Amino acid sequence: MNEQDNHIVTTKTFAAVWIALLMLTAITVSVAKMHLGAFSAFTAIAIASAKAGLVLWYFMHLKYEKRLLKFLLLVPILTLAVIIGLTFVDVWYR
Amino acid sequence: METNFYNTPGKHKGILAWVLSTDHKRIGLLYLSCMTAFFLTGMTLGLLMRLELIAPGRTLMAASTYNALFTLHGVIMIFLFIIPGIPAALGNFMLPLQIGAQDVSFPRLNLMSWWFYIIGAAVAITSLFTGGGAPDTGWTFYVPYSIRTGTNVSLAVFGVFLMGISSTLTGLNFVTTIHRLRAPGMSWFRMPLFVWSIYATGWVQLLATPVIAITLLMLMAERFFGIGFFDPAKGGDPILFEHLFWIYSHPAVYIMILPAMGAVSEIIPVFARRTIFGYKAIAFSSLGIALFGYLVWGHHMFTSGMSDEARMIFSLLTFLVAVPSGIKVFNWVASLYKGSIRLDTPFLYIMAFIFLFSIGGLTGLVQGALATNVHVHGTYFIVAHFHYVMFGGTVFAFIAALHYWFPKMSGRMYHEGRARIAALALFIGFNTLYFPMFVLGWQGMPRRYYDYLPHYQPLHVVSTVGSWILATGILLMLYNLFRSLRTGEKAGDNPWGGTTLEWKTSSPPPVENFEKIPEVTTGPYHYQ
Ligand code: HEM
Ligand SMILES: [Cu+2]
Repeated sequence: MNEQDNHIVTTKTFAAVWIALLMLTAITVSVAKMHLGAFSAFTAIAIASAKAGLVLWYFMHLKYEKRLLKFLLLVPILTLAVIIGLTFVDVWYR
Repeated sequence: METNFYNTPGKHKGILAWVLSTDHKRIGLLYLSCMTAFFLTGMTLGLLMRLELIAPGRTLMAASTYNALFTLHGVIMIFLFIIPGIPAALGNFMLPLQIGAQDVSFPRLNLMSWWFYIIGAAVAITSLFTGGGAPDTGWTFYVPYSIRTGTNVSLAVFGVFLMGISSTLTGLNFVTTIHRLRAPGMSWFRMPLFVWSIYATGWVQLLATPVIAITLLMLMAERFFGIGFFDPAKGGDPILFEHLFWIYSHPAVYIMILPAMGAVSEIIPVFARRTIFGYKAIAFSSLGIALFGYLVWGHHMFTSGMSDEARMIFSLLTFLVAVPSGIKVFNWVASLYKGSIRLDTPFLYIMAFIFLFSIGGLTGLVQGALATNVHVHGTYFIVAHFHYVMFGGTVFAFIAALHYWFPKMSGRMYHEGRARIAALALFIGFNTLYFPMFVLGWQGMPRRYYDYLPHYQPLHVVSTVGSWILATGILLMLYNLFRSLRTGEKAGDNPWGGTTLEWKTSSPPPVENFEKIPEVTTGPYHYQ
């Protein structure tokens, strides 16, 4: 926050991230049509996480934040990952 | 007269001096008074249910009224009373005092939490009289019934959503306070164990409550727009609701019990006049419970049609999470060894807690084992179990802590004789009310029924009589405390000879808690 001016993200980076996000969206849609069965939810979550990660990292400037903040963000993400993982033990084997 | 936070004039007067105050002590007392009112309401509903069940068939009310009653009773007791519970009421008052701080980190946020709570409660209560009438889904709001019923589920659920925001913010506030505002010299391992338990609870509130918020929003979206999250015909899954609901609601039972365990760890050393046995084991078991508490929610769903693999994993994890609770119980009992025990009222309630909580916890393992779970699922065995842990556990510890800290909060002592009689009535009434339910459940009496086969009647009658004894005890206990507010003897700063920081300031404390912020040089329970 306080060293906000020290980093300048180029328009090129922003554009690249944007295109990456669009491509990932396209992949989500096409994967959904492939009917992967048990894996369809898994791929959807993986792609969505990648997109959220890109947004956080570049658009929301997580890249330039202190270690502590990155770590704190990791805690809820890990919690969610474990919870969703355990839920899938049910969904996959049902 | 000595100045304290009651008689120091602030910005506002009258009732506004309370509902607009950012003083953690006043906010704590606001919560306490609201929660007492809700508890009495919930208790009245419980008594009415027990009265209906005194004989088979229709006794007092129609079946649909009974359905609304147990839903209301559950929602009030859980979301309006025991979830804010010890942290919001006693934690608010005592946490800053115990760590030698002047207030919590975010006093205004603290006030806002109370407003979210009280507005949420008002919304939930409004749902009873508006729309299609009082919700009748049970406090768990299970789909598909909660989507189909014409009763006012949406508004009730929205009220619960608001109270969830309150709980999350309180957790955030307390975690930050404990990190940032400890008095000089108070290292992590010099913190009182009550503070440790509030800390562990804070993380659970922070990380688990958003899940119920999302779940309830999904339920509302489902009711209003029929999206199909939980509807198999639209590609949804009703079991998903149970997952989401219990992902919050199991950790939530630790929001209820952890602070109670903290209070127990606080009271035992004072009344045994010796340091606590296994300080670190108790502190870390709080964190262990908070952590592993996230991984066992499936034990509420063993008969839902979940996969066998998931059932086995959840059953195993459930047995593991019992270990830290066991560690605590053994450490408490060991702390009494060679102590010089004073049998005052707080300690009597703590003894009752250990006894009742052990019964509640061990019968929890009966339900955690897959085979027996199938037998007792959805019976009165469950009703008995959760009253033993929530009421016999959390509420008994709450009452113990209320008596323990009463002189600090009010500056006066309660009447000891009356308090002991009330404690005895509570203990006897409690067991008469709930123990027969274990037997009834084992024999197959289903929960949430207003009717039953005649051969269950004798035990139901015993249980109902127990509810009267219990209610008498509760009323006597409250009467004693209220009366002592005016007539009790002056208590002095440290009537119990406690060693934690809240006893080092005057009773009641001044607005900023301490004349001079104390310097901490020893652990919390330092007795010769
Ligand atoms: C004060 C005396 C109390 C009495 C007489 C009482 C009685 C009852 C009764 C008769 C039921 C319904 C059983 C059924 O038909 O399935 C019930 C359910 C319940 N009670 Fe209590 N109870 C009391 C206190 C408490 C407390 C202190 C708590 C929690 C803090 C609590 C939480 C619940 C919950 C969560 C349910 C389940 C509601 C549902 O099925 O949705 N009760 N209680
Ligand atoms: Cu559970």
